[in-house]
Amino acid sequence: MNWYRKLSIKQKQVVWAWTFLAIPVLFYVVIRFYPTFGSVLLSFQDWNLLGSKTWIGLENYEKLVADPVFWKVFNNTFIYLLLGTPVSLLISFIIAYHLDKVSFLHATIRAMYFIPFMTSAVAMAWLWRWFYQPVPIGLFNNFLASMGISQLPFLRSTVSALPSVLAPAIWAGLGFQIIIFMAGLRAIPQSYYEAAQIDGVGPWTVLREITIPLLKPTLVFLVVFSSIGFLRIFDQVFNMTTNDPGGPLNSTKPLVLMIYDTAFNAFDMGYAAAQTVVLFTILLLVSLLQLYVMRERT
Amino acid sequence: MKSWKKSIIGATAGAVMALSAGFAQAVEIEYWQYFYEARVTAIDTLIEKFEAENPDITVKHTTFPYADYRTKVAAAIPAGQGPDVVQLFYGWLNDYVEAKLITPLPTDAFPPAMIEKEFFPMVQAMKKDGAYMALPTAVRSLALFYNTRLFEEAGIDGPPTTLDELVDIAKKLTKKDAAGNITQVGITTGMNAQDHHWWREVLTRQFGGDPYKDDYKTVNYSDEAGAAALKWYSELETLHEVTQAGFMDEGQAAFKAGRAGMHIDGSFRIGALKSTRGLQWGVAELPAGPDGMKSNYSSYWVNGITSKAEGEKKAAALKFLAFVTSDEAMQIWLDTVGELPAKPSAALTDANKADPVFGPFINGLGYAKTTIFANESGQRQVVMDAMQRILLEDQSPADAVAVAAEAEQKLLNEYYK
Repeated sequence: MNWYRKLSIKQKQVVWAWTFLAIPVLFYVVIRFYPTFGSVLLSFQDWNLLGSKTWIGLENYEKLVADPVFWKVFNNTFIYLLLGTPVSLLISFIIAYHLDKVSFLHATIRAMYFIPFMTSAVAMAWLWRWFYQPVPIGLFNNFLASMGISQLPFLRSTVSALPSVLAPAIWAGLGFQIIIFMAGLRAIPQSYYEAAQIDGVGPWTVLREITIPLLKPTLVFLVVFSSIGFLRIFDQVFNMTTNDPGGPLNSTKPLVLMIYDTAFNAFDMGYAAAQTVVLFTILLLVSLLQLYVMRERT
Repeated sequence: MKSWKKSIIGATAGAVMALSAGFAQAVEIEYWQYFYEARVTAIDTLIEKFEAENPDITVKHTTFPYADYRTKVAAAIPAGQGPDVVQLFYGWLNDYVEAKLITPLPTDAFPPAMIEKEFFPMVQAMKKDGAYMALPTAVRSLALFYNTRLFEEAGIDGPPTTLDELVDIAKKLTKKDAAGNITQVGITTGMNAQDHHWWREVLTRQFGGDPYKDDYKTVNYSDEAGAAALKWYSELETLHEVTQAGFMDEGQAAFKAGRAGMHIDGSFRIGALKSTRGLQWGVAELPAGPDGMKSNYSSYWVNGITSKAEGEKKAAALKFLAFVTSDEAMQIWLDTVGELPAKPSAALTDANKADPVFGPFINGLGYAKTTIFANESGQRQVVMDAMQRILLEDQSPADAVAVAAEAEQKLLNEYYK
């Protein structure tokens, strides 16, 4: 340990810092980076999980670009994102904004919003799947039929299936977003509101000029977090459409489900890896773009 | 004193020898299958019998949920982990054989000529380069389940024997509420379950077609027969209104709940239906086509020996494989699981043929075809999508079949390239 004694305090701090960092670094290298590079490599190969891998260059990517299902799925993934993120943020903000002002049964109401977030996505998806069934077992359609209104197709139409899958996904995520929004609201110093009150500013201006700008860090976090969530949507879609995964006619199929299908039903591992690389790139770009757009303007 | 020491040494040496001999003899082999309660019970029963006959072999039985099974097997076997004897779906075997992960059955213990004489002809798909790769315990076929209580209620004498009769009977069994919503279907439909097999191997043939050519490497159903078959099938919903695809989520659920008059399913459904309380049902052969032609679809799971089993483990594994493909094992499998014996000698016994439940399935085996799938879920999806385009996008059956044929041919070409 002679060398250690010769180090300056600063150098010793560095040694200790790296000692503690070694575990997460090792974890990331072995559990994250190695498989990531592995799948990039695999995306240039042909492999059915059983035989040997053969190098086929860009063939998987060429197949991807020419595959109409991929473009349909690509489109769906962005519909999940572009519909899911704003709608869920808007609803959760409205709820959080008003819940913040409620003191009666505050904790109970908050807990009730949070319960769906803690529920298993699989159990929830199956429950909603049954809600959406036609007469005689579907909750919604039984209600409509008893009112004399014609049934809605929900999961059985290429138009309404995607929003039907998305609705429970948004609902399940609300609890988390509300909690984060409320923490953000609580972090805004009361003195700004008091100053606004003294100046006699209306509630809209308070919301526009004080609350929303000061919520920006919270908003950035939630936008990035929920965007990644919607881009990776899988559980809800898979469990609500197991009879025709991602159907009808691929209208609800997200990229992750296509990857799953290619890898574990068709056993075309190289092609699935190519799709994974595309998803990885999209996630990276969307995250970077959002961080750039919502960066602090100093 | 001396003799005392000697006797101790002698006894120890003897014990060590006896122990090591015991270890050498006690071979443990591992058997894998997917979890399905009746199958687990059946294999446990068979293992018990086998171990009683072969006290020097123990068989470790491991199961996985069906959803994970294929992936687990595919990950474990190439890694040299996992089973010595494995149950695989017949359609998966080719990949394993090509990757040399399945050891061909030695022709002295399993002579091909004998297998061909003893087993149903569909098992010949398991033969490669003069040797058999794997053997099934049981095979499955399709039949028509019908709810006898609903039949009685509607005043119907018996199950349909032709497709026209099926439509007439289904009409009598369908119930609608005041708004015209179906509350009970005459027959369940849904290409996702067994109906894609029914259409592929049965209906297309009954309408005069031949769904595939070149050992199932070329799609051949894109013709008048294929279109007519799909038209007939889709009209059950669109014209006759005796069904609704995915009624009550799954056809088998609707049938179990007593909300479906008829339901086409495989022999593996028998066990689940038997344990459904209050449901009264019967089984009939699939209805014959317009000119009286009968057809059926048969599939099976095979037992194979993996490349992991070597030496005495391989010998033990072969013994076990011979045991689970014996007539005795097949009868146990039939009684426990409801899947049909893979040998006519075990299947076509008078008792089995006369059995009101097994009989129609066993008769179906005689004229059943086995589709050789390259990618079963992909090929199923193609047929499901064809049906969806008819129902949701008003595509004509002829166009739907043409698009499906092209998509399926692409899958086959990719696989066999």
